[in-house]
Amino acid sequence: MTVPIPAVRFDRVSRHFGDVRAVNDVTLDILDGEFFTLLGPSGSGKTTCLRLIAGFDHPTAGRIELHGVDVSSLPPYERDVNTVFQDYALFPHMTVAQNVAYGLMIKKVLPREREARVAEMLAMVQLAGLGRRRPAQLSGGQRQRVALARALVNRPRVLLLDEPLGALDLKLRQQMQLELKAIQQQVGITFVYVTHDQDEALTMSDRLGVFNNGRVEQVGSPAEVYEHPATDFVAGFVGVSNLVSGEAAQAVTGSPQTFTIRPEKILIRDPGADVSNGMCAADGRIRDVVYLGAHTRYRVELAAGGELTVIQQNVETSSVDVQAARGRPVRLVWHRAHNRPVATRR
Amino acid sequence: MSARAPLARRVSTYLYRRPRLALGLLLAPPLLWLGVVYLGSLLSLLVQSFFSLDGFTGQVIRRFTLATYRDLLTRANADIVLRTAGMAASVTVAAAAAAFPLAFYMARYASPERKALLYLAVLLPLWSSYLVRVYSWKLILAKEGILNWTVTLLRLEGVLNALLALPGIGGPSLSVSLLGMFIVYLYVWLPYMILPIEAALERVPQSLIEASSDLGARPRETFRRVILPLALPGVVAGSIFTFSLTLGDFIVPYALGNSAYFIGQAVLAHQGTAGNIPLAAAFTVVPTVIMAVYLTAAKRAGAFDAL
Repeated sequence: MTVPIPAVRFDRVSRHFGDVRAVNDVTLDILDGEFFTLLGPSGSGKTTCLRLIAGFDHPTAGRIELHGVDVSSLPPYERDVNTVFQDYALFPHMTVAQNVAYGLMIKKVLPREREARVAEMLAMVQLAGLGRRRPAQLSGGQRQRVALARALVNRPRVLLLDEPLGALDLKLRQQMQLELKAIQQQVGITFVYVTHDQDEALTMSDRLGVFNNGRVEQVGSPAEVYEHPATDFVAGFVGVSNLVSGEAAQAVTGSPQTFTIRPEKILIRDPGADVSNGMCAADGRIRDVVYLGAHTRYRVELAAGGELTVIQQNVETSSVDVQAARGRPVRLVWHRAHNRPVATRR
Repeated sequence: MSARAPLARRVSTYLYRRPRLALGLLLAPPLLWLGVVYLGSLLSLLVQSFFSLDGFTGQVIRRFTLATYRDLLTRANADIVLRTAGMAASVTVAAAAAAFPLAFYMARYASPERKALLYLAVLLPLWSSYLVRVYSWKLILAKEGILNWTVTLLRLEGVLNALLALPGIGGPSLSVSLLGMFIVYLYVWLPYMILPIEAALERVPQSLIEASSDLGARPRETFRRVILPLALPGVVAGSIFTFSLTLGDFIVPYALGNSAYFIGQAVLAHQGTAGNIPLAAAFTVVPTVIMAVYLTAAKRAGAFDAL
C-alpha cells in the first residue's frame, strides 16, 4: 500500500518576526480532499500558517510542500491554491462578475468559457443575477459568497479560508458553515480553514489542528480532540472544560494528577447523596447561575478548593428555579470514566 | 430647582433639538463667503467676457456680444491658449510619472519614520516663498548657472545645445525657454501631485494586492489591473492641481519665458495696461472651461468609480 501524498505538508516550518516566533517548528500533514481547520486563539500562528501556504509569507526555516512539491520559495501566483480573505478583499472597481472572472482572465481563459464558468459559480453560491452589481452594493453575506466564488472558479487543488465567517452575524454564520461544508463535499477540494471559533471547527472539520503559541498542540478529528484533549490548553480551548488539579484532584480521585471534566458530564445532587461505584463526587456551594434558555451554567465553589462549571439542560427547570439555586450547597457527581488526565506545560 | 437654566444652556438645548438650524448657522458664513465673494466674482467675470471694448475710446461697452470671444480665436490669442494648455498638459503628465514611484514607495514600503521624513522633504519647499524658488531656479538654469556647469563637466553640452536648438521649446539658454519653464513648473507643482497619489495608494488595502497575486496575477498585472485603477482618483486630484495651477500662473513665464505669452500674462496685460477687461475675462474663462471638460472626461472614463 502506498502512502498518499498529502495536499499540504509542513515540514519543521518556523516563521519568526524579529524575536516573535509566530510559527515554531510546525510539522503537519493535510490530506487531499479533507476539510482541515487550523484552530487557535489570535496570535497562535494559525493565520501565519495559512499565509505560508498561500505564499504571502515565506518560512524562516523548514519547508512547505503542496502535493509533494516544495513551494517554500514560490510566489503566490505560481501556487495552485486560492484564498478567501477575512475582509473578502473584493476589487471595489469591478463588478461581481468581473471579480469572479479575475483569475480566469489572468489565466487567459477564453471569454466564452470564462462567462460560462462565472455564471455556473455564481449560481452555486446562490448569487445568480447579481453579476452586474458592485461589491459595495452587496450585504456582508453576499460579499462572502462572491469571495468564495472568486476563489473556487479557478478550481484550485487547495482552498484557503481565513476566518471567512468572522464578520457575519450568528444565524448567517451557522447557515454558511453548513453551506461551506456542503460545497466542499460537492467540489471535493481540500479546504484549509482558519478560525478561533471552536464551534465552527467542530461543526465543519474532518480534522483539525489546535494551535497555541506558534505550535500545534494536537491534531485529530473533532471527536478525538473534544473527547481526548492532549493538553490542558486543548481541553480549555476546545469546548468549555474544567481543569482539576492539586488538592482538589487529590480530594476527588485520590491522586494529584491534573485531569479535565466536561461541564455537561457533571450532575448536581443534594448534599450527602449516594455515590455509586465508578462515580466521582465533590461537595461545594453554587456561587453563580447563568440562565441560557436551553440550558443553565452553574459555577460551583468546591469545598476542597477551586471551582467547577456545570451545564444542565433545562428539561423541567424554569428560570425562576435556577435563580433560586444560588448559594445552595450541593454534591456534584460524575462518571470517573469522563475524567481525562492531561499533560500540563506550565 | 425652579430657577431658570442659564441662557447658554437654554440656547444649546434649543439648537440640539433643531439640528437643521444648528447646521444652517454653522454653514452660513462659509457659504456666504463662497457664494457671494467667490462665485459672485466668477459670475461677474463671465458677464464681463460678453462685453466688448470700444477700440477708439477705450471704453467698455456693456452690451451682450460674442466679439470678445471672436478676438480670443485670432491667431495670436489662440496661440497663447494652446501654448498654455500644452504646457499644463505636459507638466501634468510628467508630474504624474515622476510622483507615482515616490508616492508608491511612501504609501507601501517606507517605514513610519522614513515616511515622515519623506513627507517633510516633499512639503519643506512649500514653506519658502514661491517667488524665491522660481528665481533660484532661474539662477540654476542660467548660462553661467550650476546646471550648465555640471553639463559641461560631464561633456554633455552637445545634448543640451541640441535640446535648446529645438524650435518652439528651445531658446538661448534654459533660463529663457519653454524647456526651462517646464522644468520649473515640474518642480514647483510636484508636491501637489505626490500627496494625493500617496493618499490614494495608502487607501488600497494590502489584501487586494495579495488577492490579485493569489488569483495568479504577476506584479505587473496586479499593478495595471488593481493598483493603478484604484490610485486613479488620486492621480486625477493631483492633475487638477498641476493643470490648473499651470494654466493660471504668470510668474514662471514672466521670470523664464520669452516674448511668447501665457494665459496668466495675457490676463495681467489686458486687465492692466491695455484696459481690455472683457478680453482678460474671456482669457480667464478658458482654464475654467478646460478644467470642466477634463473632469467630465475623467468621470466618463471611470476615474472616480473606485471612490
